[in-house]
Amino acid sequence: MTLPQNIQDMIDDFEFLTDWEDRYMHVIDLGKSLPEIKASERNETNKVKGCVSQVWLVTHMNEATPPVFTFQGDSDAHIVKGLVAVVIAIFSNRTASEIKALNAEEILSQLGLNEHLSPQRSNGLRAMVDRIQSIANAV
Amino acid sequence: MIFNVDDIRAQFPILSREINGYPLAYLDNAASAQKPQAVMDALTHQMRTSFANVHRGLHTMANETTEAFEGARAKVAKFLGAPKSENIVFTKGASEALNLVAYGLAGEIKKGDEIILTQMEHHSNIVPWHFLRERYGAVLRFAPVLDNGELDVMALKGLLSSKTKIVSVVHMSNVLGTINPVQDIAKWVKAAGAIFVVDGTQAAVHMDVDVVDIGVDFYCMTGHKLYGPTGIGALYGTLEMLNRLQPFNGGGEMISDVFEDRVTYNDPPHKFEAGTPPILEAIGLGAAIDWYSQFNRADIHQHEMAVYHHALDGLRDINSFRLIGEAPEKGSVLAFNLQGAHAHDVAQILDKYGIAVRAGQHCTQPLMTRFGMHSTARASFGIYNTLDEADRLVEGVKKCLTFLT
Repeated sequence: MTLPQNIQDMIDDFEFLTDWEDRYMHVIDLGKSLPEIKASERNETNKVKGCVSQVWLVTHMNEATPPVFTFQGDSDAHIVKGLVAVVIAIFSNRTASEIKALNAEEILSQLGLNEHLSPQRSNGLRAMVDRIQSIANAV
Repeated sequence: MIFNVDDIRAQFPILSREINGYPLAYLDNAASAQKPQAVMDALTHQMRTSFANVHRGLHTMANETTEAFEGARAKVAKFLGAPKSENIVFTKGASEALNLVAYGLAGEIKKGDEIILTQMEHHSNIVPWHFLRERYGAVLRFAPVLDNGELDVMALKGLLSSKTKIVSVVHMSNVLGTINPVQDIAKWVKAAGAIFVVDGTQAAVHMDVDVVDIGVDFYCMTGHKLYGPTGIGALYGTLEMLNRLQPFNGGGEMISDVFEDRVTYNDPPHKFEAGTPPILEAIGLGAAIDWYSQFNRADIHQHEMAVYHHALDGLRDINSFRLIGEAPEKGSVLAFNLQGAHAHDVAQILDKYGIAVRAGQHCTQPLMTRFGMHSTARASFGIYNTLDEADRLVEGVKKCLTFLT
């Protein structure tokens, strides 16, 4: 399956980064470029559990048929916020069936970030991906 | 024995591990300590040579195993300065010990009875008391912590009244490192006619503890932070208190007689040890105490504090560094934050350089709230840590800054 262009671009960007330091820097930069979420959206509903740092994921669904999902997110930790940005880049602006067709594990492993997806990691990444997929599955 | 950190390190096989291409610098000892060969050998030796269930056995290995198990209890008693082995109840750890005390005293709690804790308690010394609040109407009061991480002892003293039923205080904080003046507190608590419980999870590792000198009713410790196995800890209680305490778990071993209409209990400590106990873990704890006791405690303390101060001196050069916990009396726990960086990021990046630290709330949410922070990073030093590892921590934290600010 061909990946959506923005994901392929992200994979291409990461391919240049051979050592973990550069990859972490890039992840952190991606996090810095995330648009801020409203203070009111930093609420319990949007909070992602299972994370040492605080993570919020805000879901929007438009009126189109089929509806398109957009996600916004934030974290108080830099690396986690970068991972939030990666997850949003993967899943945002897509329909439920597009979301279901994406394999987050495969994409993250192409980005060299799959170690972060283990459920034992307390970064909330797995919880975030699970939440997005269950939203898509509920449609 | 002369204290030589290289010789000590050589006894911990795991310390030669590499993490992410770097030699492991294990600075998470307040969470759990690594195990020396002597402890591993004690466990395997027992399993290879003599193992059976303990107590009531009539065959040779049952007797031998019982002797080793009860021998471990005697070692714990001596280690804590308890008068007799009977003062020591084996538990799963300090959390279970504190839960046992709370549960065992629940029957004495009436609505409005007060339980005094401090803001620096670990959740394991808060939540069991919340049970008594929820179920029996106890009122929890928290003695405040000063800005430098010291306990406000005068405020604690002021909280004591005729309503006070129990006072439970940590001996050494797992975040601030603060060592509390439990001996003074014991006198005040006794004068108020209340029960005094001390959580010695960290202190039992880093200080010379004498439960009789302190004057406690109950004292808790855990094995895995003392270079021993997981799943084993101990509750010290005076015999008077252990007789007063209701049992928590029912089952075999803990009874004297069982009838259809009544049951009579075994004497302490067995009254609290239903079922087959963690036999090997207890023997392993005994071995850890033997191993640890070959060193002079003052030497260990001096070494750990030298590593702590070496790291602290280096970290203080960093502008954004903030130490949490500057009490004059403190152990080798270094909790800190970097302005503009999250503790989680710091721990994750340090791990990439082979340095293991903890980040988070350290099971002390009221303390984090008190200091207005969501989390901290924490390096905690043990017997095998070196000045070189302290240097690596400082360098690692500096590298974190290049990523994060």
